[in-house]
Amino acid sequence: MNAPDPMGRRVAIGLPYLWLVVFVLVPFLIVLTISFAESALGIPPYIAPLGFAKGWIPQLRGTLGSYGLILGDSLYLKAYLNSLRFAAVAMLLCLLLGYPMAYAIARAPERWRNPLLMLVILPFWTSFLIRVYAWIGILKTNGLINNLLLWTGIVHEPLPLLNNEFSVELGLVYSYLPFMILPLYATLERMDLSLLEAAADLGATPFRAFLAVTLPLSLPGIAAGAALVFIPAVGEFVIPDLLGGPDTLMIGKVLWDEFFTNRDWPVASAVAVAMLVLLVAPIVLAQHALRKGAESS
Amino acid sequence: MSAVRVVLVLGYVFLYAPIVSLIVFSFNASRLVTVWAGFSTRWYGELWDNDAIRGAAAISIEVAASAATAALVLGTAAGFALARYRRFRGRLLFLAMVTAPLVMPEVITGLSLLLLFVALESWIGWPQGRGIATIILAHATFGTAFVAIIVQSRLAAFDRALEEAALDLGARPWKVFLVITLPLIAPALITGWLLAFTLSLDDLVIASFNAGPASTTLPMVIFSSVRLGVSPQINALATIFVVAVSILVVTASSLTLRRPQR
Repeated sequence: MNAPDPMGRRVAIGLPYLWLVVFVLVPFLIVLTISFAESALGIPPYIAPLGFAKGWIPQLRGTLGSYGLILGDSLYLKAYLNSLRFAAVAMLLCLLLGYPMAYAIARAPERWRNPLLMLVILPFWTSFLIRVYAWIGILKTNGLINNLLLWTGIVHEPLPLLNNEFSVELGLVYSYLPFMILPLYATLERMDLSLLEAAADLGATPFRAFLAVTLPLSLPGIAAGAALVFIPAVGEFVIPDLLGGPDTLMIGKVLWDEFFTNRDWPVASAVAVAMLVLLVAPIVLAQHALRKGAESS
Repeated sequence: MSAVRVVLVLGYVFLYAPIVSLIVFSFNASRLVTVWAGFSTRWYGELWDNDAIRGAAAISIEVAASAATAALVLGTAAGFALARYRRFRGRLLFLAMVTAPLVMPEVITGLSLLLLFVALESWIGWPQGRGIATIILAHATFGTAFVAIIVQSRLAAFDRALEEAALDLGARPWKVFLVITLPLIAPALITGWLLAFTLSLDDLVIASFNAGPASTTLPMVIFSSVRLGVSPQINALATIFVVAVSILVVTASSLTLRRPQR
């Protein structure tokens, strides 16, 4: 501001700052604390790891028991590895499908770009839960695809399409594809096309020009899209719950079950902390990309 | 070029086929969601008579409207702070906290807020148990993050000349903000509010962690009914949802996609 306005500045910074400290930072610290708590019967179902004996002597009653359980029981490790694998494959498939889509939109005539982009964003606005539910009707044993395949005589037995790795992967790609397309589109649309002309003048084939110019220039978009798909996919709960089966355990569902079914809050917290540790690098990358996007657009 | 266009069309088919199938089978006379047995609006009637869904819808709309409004105020302030005040103490932490709810897996956000409310209750006696209020606070927090990013990017592409002219003419900074800045970023505010509203209306995970016995939201009802199997009533509900959201989004985007005049 040209004229200093200390009051406005204080409100604009102070109000959201206070809110975010209370509802983002403090909750995170509490999760960290409770992951060291001992689980107990009662409300709340844990013994706080920081306590005061006789009301004033600070006391540490923490335990590493929840982490020991996570490390010791192969169920947790398997769920973590499953989640990483599912998310990585979903990320790659989103990139393979999303890159050509983003490219086609970015190179479409200008008046078409916004409507085409709108078509990518629109499903993101309609209920995620309902879109995942739609796949149940399509994939189940007497669902649309199997009915079609049986009717045309391509198969004689219904294919197992639901409650397996295939359906979970499909759900992840379907749900997170827009997160890949949007940052890719942003970098491809900003690209200086005269670079491609220069490459062509120097005798490069379109494919070589793509590899040497377009692809390297779109790397920031690829990184942002990859992080935006990977992070929520790792922690996903709804998709493995509705489309998955007994072999598709993911860590988000483990956390949910620890909390709601087992009522073991310390273990749920430890699972959350362990998930965050795995995701720190992609989370920082995604935050950086979001900031860049907001500051430059 | 033609190959990528083919992929683009196939991509749209992939994105829209499930939604189209939901809508088509919401008008199916049969209870079997995937076998066509003639046109019928029966499921819309049953949906209307379903008290659990109607009650949950009312709660969801109340939660979403309150959370979006709180998010609008907080997010506008946060977006303004990020775009206009390039340096202040703790800006890095502020940035990290604003973007954290956008990128954090939902199960972690949900669990951490619940543990906060439980801790607050034992420290200061509030909130007493969980319910609509705790869901609103949770949704307002992630809504704030979305509004902040949208407002910040709008302000980054914003022509300051009008504000400076008003200041030169002697208007107070607050008046400049209310009379010049706010109207110029109004489209971003509308988009931000709508986004916060729909995200709240759609959220299952964070709401489930922070809900109490009398605050079952619409996604929670849908989820428990879907877990029991496919139900044509949910198709009817989905159709209403898709149509309403499409109208809202297309209207809002025709407002916001207009580039600011230079």
